[in-house]
Amino acid sequence: MFDNLKDKLQSVFSTLGKRGALSESDVDNALREVRLALLEADVALPVVKSFIASIRDKAVGATVLKSVRPDQQVIKIVHDGLMEMLGGEASPLKLDVTPPAVILMAGLQGSGKTTTAGKLALHLQQKHKKKVMLASLDLSRPAAREQLRALADQAEAGILPESDTETPVQLTKRAMQAAHLQGFDVLILDTAGRLSIDEAMMAELRDIKAVATPDEILLVADSLTGQDAVTTADAFNNAVGVSGIVLTRLDGDARGGAALSMAQTTGCPVKLVGVGEKLDALEAFDPERMAGRILDMGDVVALVEKAAEAIEEEEAMRMAERMASGKFDMNDFLSQIRQLQKMGGLGGLLGMLPGLGKLQKQIAAAGVDDAMVKRQEAIILSMTKKERVQVGLLNASRRKRIAAGSGTSVQDVNKLVKQYQDMARMMKKMGTKSGAAAMKAMLGGGGGMGGNPMGGGMPSAEQVSQLQQQMQKSGMPGGGGFNPFGKGGGLPGLGGPPRKK
Amino acid sequence: MSWLKKLTAGLKKSSDKVSSSLSGISRLFGKGRIDAASIEEIEEALILADLGVSVASEIAEGLRARNWQGEVTPDVLREALAEQLTDILLPVEKPLTFKQAEGENDLHVILLVGVNGSGKTTTAGKLAARFQAQGRHVVMAAADTFRAAAIEQLSGWGARTDTKVISGERGGDAAALAFRAIDEARADKADVLIIDTAGRLQNRAELMEELAKIIRVIKKQIPEAPQDSLIVLDGTVGQNAIAQMKAFQQTADLTGMVITKLDGTAKGGIVVALAREFGLPVHMVGVGESAEDLQDFTARDFAHALVGLNPE
Ligand SMILES: Nc1nc2c(ncn2[C@@H]2O[C@H](COP(=O)(O)OP(=O)(O)OP(=O)(O)O)[C@@H](O)[C@H]2O)c(=O)[nH]1
Ligand SMILES: Nc1nc2c(ncn2[C@@H]2O[C@H](COP(=O)(O)OP(=O)(O)OP(=O)(O)O)[C@@H](O)[C@H]2O)c(=O)[nH]1
Ligand SMILES: [Mg+2]
Ligand SMILES: [Mg+2]
Repeated sequence: MFDNLKDKLQSVFSTLGKRGALSESDVDNALREVRLALLEADVALPVVKSFIASIRDKAVGATVLKSVRPDQQVIKIVHDGLMEMLGGEASPLKLDVTPPAVILMAGLQGSGKTTTAGKLALHLQQKHKKKVMLASLDLSRPAAREQLRALADQAEAGILPESDTETPVQLTKRAMQAAHLQGFDVLILDTAGRLSIDEAMMAELRDIKAVATPDEILLVADSLTGQDAVTTADAFNNAVGVSGIVLTRLDGDARGGAALSMAQTTGCPVKLVGVGEKLDALEAFDPERMAGRILDMGDVVALVEKAAEAIEEEEAMRMAERMASGKFDMNDFLSQIRQLQKMGGLGGLLGMLPGLGKLQKQIAAAGVDDAMVKRQEAIILSMTKKERVQVGLLNASRRKRIAAGSGTSVQDVNKLVKQYQDMARMMKKMGTKSGAAAMKAMLGGGGGMGGNPMGGGMPSAEQVSQLQQQMQKSGMPGGGGFNPFGKGGGLPGLGGPPRKK
Repeated sequence: MSWLKKLTAGLKKSSDKVSSSLSGISRLFGKGRIDAASIEEIEEALILADLGVSVASEIAEGLRARNWQGEVTPDVLREALAEQLTDILLPVEKPLTFKQAEGENDLHVILLVGVNGSGKTTTAGKLAARFQAQGRHVVMAAADTFRAAAIEQLSGWGARTDTKVISGERGGDAAALAFRAIDEARADKADVLIIDTAGRLQNRAELMEELAKIIRVIKKQIPEAPQDSLIVLDGTVGQNAIAQMKAFQQTADLTGMVITKLDGTAKGGIVVALAREFGLPVHMVGVGESAEDLQDFTARDFAHALVGLNPE
C-alpha cells in the first residue's frame, strides 16, 4: 500500500536543513505528495488544483521553525487550508422560521435521501422537541413510499397519506397544507433520486421548490463518490440552489474527498453526516475530523496542535529576542497583531490576565475592538516589503497609497505608524539586559520554571503596571495589537488562552 | 433507445471533458512526438474519469512512449487512447452465461452483493426481466431483511417482471431465508434463483460475517452455488471501489461485476483500474431505472465512450 502523507512528506524534507524559509522547490516537492494524497482521497481534480495553488502561496517563504519539522509545518498549512475550505465549523439547520419549516431532500439515486429524511425526523423530534411530518414525493422507485412510511413509524413522526393520482407538485401542495393545518413544526419532503442531466426530473425539482419554498435544500450525497461529486453538486446547486450538504456512509472507510469537492463547488457547508443505516446514525459535520480523514492521518489533530503550539512558542521567543536587541519592524508588529487575533481577540485575552481588568475597561472605552485589529492588519499588508522594514520611508504619498490600498484613511495610517513608533521606543527601553530577561519570561520562554504552576512565565505585578503605564502614556490601548503576554505557555497558571476548536 | 446510445449519452458529459481536454492538445512538436503538456492533459482527463492517479499516469506514459508515425493529431491520439483502454478492458468483457448442468442440481443461483444503494435490488429486477425474456423460469429471494421496505421493493420488481418473490419477515434471518428460497425454487422447478442481499459497507465485520453465513447456508444446499456471485458497483464510485472489491472478493468469492448508473454524469473509469487489479469479468452495465436498462458490457464501446469517440 501507499505510505501515508505524513511519511512521504517526512522523506521529502529529510534532506532539508532546519533553518531558513521553505524554498519553492521544497514546497513543490511536498505539494506533489499532497496533490496525490488528495486525489487518492477522491477530491475532484479542479478542486485539488485550486487548493494546491492557494496552499503554495501560503507555504513558500514560510519560516522554518526550530522546533517544528518542515513536514509537520506543511501538514499544518494543508490542514488549515482544508479546514477553511470545509467551512471551519459545524453549521446547524435553519429551522427558526414560522412553522412549518420545510426541508427538501435531493440527490442522485441511492444516495441516502429517504434514510436521512427518517433520521432527521427522529433527531428533530427527540432532540429538538419538534413535531415532524414526512412526505414522499417519490413515484418512481418501487416501494419508496412504503420505505418512508416505515421510517416515519419508527421515528414516531407524521406521514402524508399517499395518493396514486397526484403529481409530486400536487403532493407538495397537499403536504404544505396538511403540515400547516395539523400544526407540524417541520415538514420534510423526500424526493425521488435523479440524475443531474435528466432535464425533466430536474425541472420537476424546480417546480417542487417553487411550491414548497424550502428553508433548507439538502443535497444528500454518498461519501464513496469519486470525481463526479463536482459535476453533480454543481448541477443540483445551479438548478435549485442547495443550502447544505449531507454526506452519507461515513461509517465506511472511504477517505471522503467528495466532501471537499462539493463544499468547494457549491460554497455550501456540509451540515450533517450519516454514519450508519439505523435512524440514530446521524451526526453534525466535524470539519476537523474530515480534514484528518481526507489526509488519512488519524492523529492529525494532535499533530497539528503540537505544531501550532510550537510555532506560537517559537514566534514568541523570536519576538522577545528581536525586542531585546532593539529590532522591531512592521513585520513584527503585524505578527503581534495576528497572534492577538488568533487568541480570541483583545477582550478575551486581557480578561484572563490578572491586574488588567482596569485596562480592559479603558480599552473598551477607547473603542478598541477586533474590527480595528483587522483594519490595522490590512494597513500593514498594504505596505511594500521595504516599507515594512524601513518605516521611515512612509512619506505622505506612500501613506495615501497605503490608505487607498487598505480601504482606510490616511488618518488611520498615521495612527498606526504612531502606535508602531511608540511601541518601538518602548521596545528599546525594554532592550536592557533585565528588561529582555523579563520580556523573555513573559513571552513564553519561562526557562526551567514552567513546572511551577504559578511561577514560571508569570509577569510580576510590577512589570504589568509598568507596561500598563507605558501603554497609557503612548495612547496605545492594548498597544494597538501589541500583545506583551505572548502565548499562553508563558502564563502556566492560567491554562493558556482558549484555543479555537 | 439502444443501450449504446444511452451509455454514450450518459458518458457524453464525461467524454466531453475528456475530448475537450484532448482537442486542446495541439501543441505537438516535431513529427511523431507528443509534448509533456499533452501527456499531462491526457493524464488529467483520465483522473477526472476516476481511473485513479497511478493507472492514469501509466496509460498516459504508455502513449508517450509509443513509436508514433506521422503527425499526431488529437484524433489520432484519442483513437490510440481508446485502443489502449480497450486492450485493458477486453479480458474482462464476458457476458453472463450459464450452462445448466443436466440432471442433478439444476438450480442456478445468482447472489447479488455490494455496498448500500449501489443498485442490487434494481439489478435483480432487471436480471429477472432478462431471464424471463429468454424463457427461463426465474425466482427471486428477498434476503435483505434489514432495510425498510426492501422486501416490498423487490416484490414490486416481482410484479413488474412477473416473477415470483420468496420473502420472509422484516428483521428475520437472511441466511434462513436463503435456505428456504432454494428449497422453494427447487420445488417450483425454477432454472434460476436470484438472491438480493442487504447493502453492507465492506468495513463492517459483523455484516460481512452475515454475508459469509448466507453463502455457507447456500452451499449446504448446493455445493457449487452460488454459481454467480456478483458485486454490484455504483458507477459514481471513486477509489473506494478497490477496497470494496477486495473485501467482497474475500467474503463472497466473487465471479463477476455489474456497474450501475452509467446513464449519469459519472464515468465509471474505476472499471479500468479494477480490470487491471482484479481481472474479474464485467458482465453488465446499468443504464437506467427500467427493467430493460441492463446491457452487456463491451470493452470497445466503453473505452470509446470514455474518450468521446463513436465506437463505429
Ligand atoms: N452504512 C450506511 N448506509 C446508509 C447511510 N445512509 C443511507 N444508507 C443506506 O443506503 C441505502 C440507500 O438509502 P436510501 O435512503 O434508500 O437512498 P435514497 O437516496 O432514498 O434512494 P433513492 O430514493 O432510490 O434515490 C440504504 O441501504 C440505506 O440503508 C449511512 O449513513 N451509512
Ligand atoms: N439512473 C440509474 N439508476 C439506477 C440504476 N440502477 C439502480 N438505480 C437506482 O438506484 C437507486 C438504488 O437502487 P437499489 O436497487 O435500491 O439499490 P440497492 O443496492 O438494492 O440498495 P440497498 O438495498 O439499499 O443497499 C434506486 O433509485 C434505483 O432506481 C441505473 O443503472 N441507472
Ligand atoms: Mg428514496
Ligand atoms: Mg436493495
